[in-house]
Amino acid sequence: MNDPIMVEVKDLHFARGNTEVFRGVDLQIPLGKITAIMGPSGTGKTTLLKLIGGQLTPDRGQVLIGGQDVHELPRRSLFKLRRRMGMLFQSGALFSDLDVFENVAFPLRVHTELPNAMIRDIVLMKLQAVGLRGARHLMPSELSGGMARRVALARAVALDPDLVLYDEPFVGQDPISMGVLVQLIKKVNQALGLTAIVVSHDIKETLSIADYVYIIADGKVMSHGTPQTLDVDDDAHVRQFVHGEPDGPVPFHYPAPDFYDDILAPAGQFS
Amino acid sequence: MIDRIAALGRGTLDVLMAIGRAGLFLVQSVFCLPSREGFHLWLRQMHFVGVMSVAIVLVSGLFIGMVLALQGYTILVGFGADEALGQMVALSLVRELAPVVAALLFAGRAGSALTAEIGLMKATEQLTSMEMIGVDPLRRIVAPRLWAGFVSLPILTVIFAVVGIWGGYLVGVDWLGVYDGSYWSNMQDSVDFVGDVLNGMVKSLVFGLVVTWIAVFQGYDLVPTSEGISRATTRTVVYASLAVLGLDFVLTALMFGDLG
Repeated sequence: MNDPIMVEVKDLHFARGNTEVFRGVDLQIPLGKITAIMGPSGTGKTTLLKLIGGQLTPDRGQVLIGGQDVHELPRRSLFKLRRRMGMLFQSGALFSDLDVFENVAFPLRVHTELPNAMIRDIVLMKLQAVGLRGARHLMPSELSGGMARRVALARAVALDPDLVLYDEPFVGQDPISMGVLVQLIKKVNQALGLTAIVVSHDIKETLSIADYVYIIADGKVMSHGTPQTLDVDDDAHVRQFVHGEPDGPVPFHYPAPDFYDDILAPAGQFS
Repeated sequence: MIDRIAALGRGTLDVLMAIGRAGLFLVQSVFCLPSREGFHLWLRQMHFVGVMSVAIVLVSGLFIGMVLALQGYTILVGFGADEALGQMVALSLVRELAPVVAALLFAGRAGSALTAEIGLMKATEQLTSMEMIGVDPLRRIVAPRLWAGFVSLPILTVIFAVVGIWGGYLVGVDWLGVYDGSYWSNMQDSVDFVGDVLNGMVKSLVFGLVVTWIAVFQGYDLVPTSEGISRATTRTVVYASLAVLGLDFVLTALMFGDLG
């Protein structure tokens, strides 16, 4: 990977209470590419995005965006840095008191001095790109999950950011919305030349658009490479995840006492 | 035994940490530069927090004034002092009942709504998405609500007192037959602007700050689940009511404590 680096994560350690989520994660996100961060549910992929966005503070290690250490920045500078970032939330996270148009216009209104006519043009262009120009007057409560996510994507790229973070963009989408979103993420990346980090466990869709992939499990980077190299990776974790095998190092069952003993135990003993 | 001491220590640390977080939260929300957009957001909250509380304050103020007059009359008439009814109604309302009852009503109507609104914004990641857009939710969401509560409660208190005095007039003068000249003139003679009215206003300013602070902090600091929102809303009403009653004693002692 010889591309210039946009985001660098160095020796990241993070714990929630007594649970260690990350035990020394190192990542390099190349400029202008789509990098996927994948892994089984509960491995802390969303937590990693929050650490990159500066919403959580690591116990040890650094997150550098364009050379700036996110967690060393004062609050005001951090908010300034975030203006160069867009984030697509799993739930869409649209502002429920604003309609679709105003949701997309929000970043433009608070961060620019553009006249209303220009804001209108930009918002309509962004909504046209996600196919929802006609839905501009709807309130978030009137949108389907897929539409909400597309509006959220239009809002995330409203300011033409350098970096967009996608948090599980394909979860809970019907096949049509999923296909639309996959194409949109790719198109937005190509058209705007922005750097994208996609956190997901939808293998097929993510691998179809990613330039580079990191697989995280057990608090560490298990493997990384292009989608083609991961497909033939021999590592047990990677093989189980990429090929969706039920047996492997990641157990299906949450740790529990023996099933037979549990069923026959007197009431209350294992409860 | 050791476990109990450890639990006590943990509990104390949790409380101290929450107080620290709440203090930082207040400082970061209140001390920000005013802007034109901030003024518009504040106006919108004045409507939501203040104007929409007027109806409950009007009705409560009217009934409390009427009850005060009725109760006061039955006692005063026994001493032949029913002409002091206006004085009794006005002083009770201006010094105590208007600031305290308006604050309690405000905590129940506006405080719980603020907690639920901010809590739901947190649960649906709207606050997080705002942060990621580069907008500080403390400035955009919390500060306008805090200032709106601080400004609107004293106004609601004035409305409460005025309507209460009018309610007292309806019962005392129109119904029970107290001479209206003495109702008003006794009130005018005995109610001191600085000692009574301003002290009442100071109380309502303090209550406005404390109730709104508790409400927005509980919303911002809650666990973002449906149970978390329900608990935080309850905590807002309970903590705010207790804080109002406790602070009322402290402020009354400071303002009127040297009389004896």
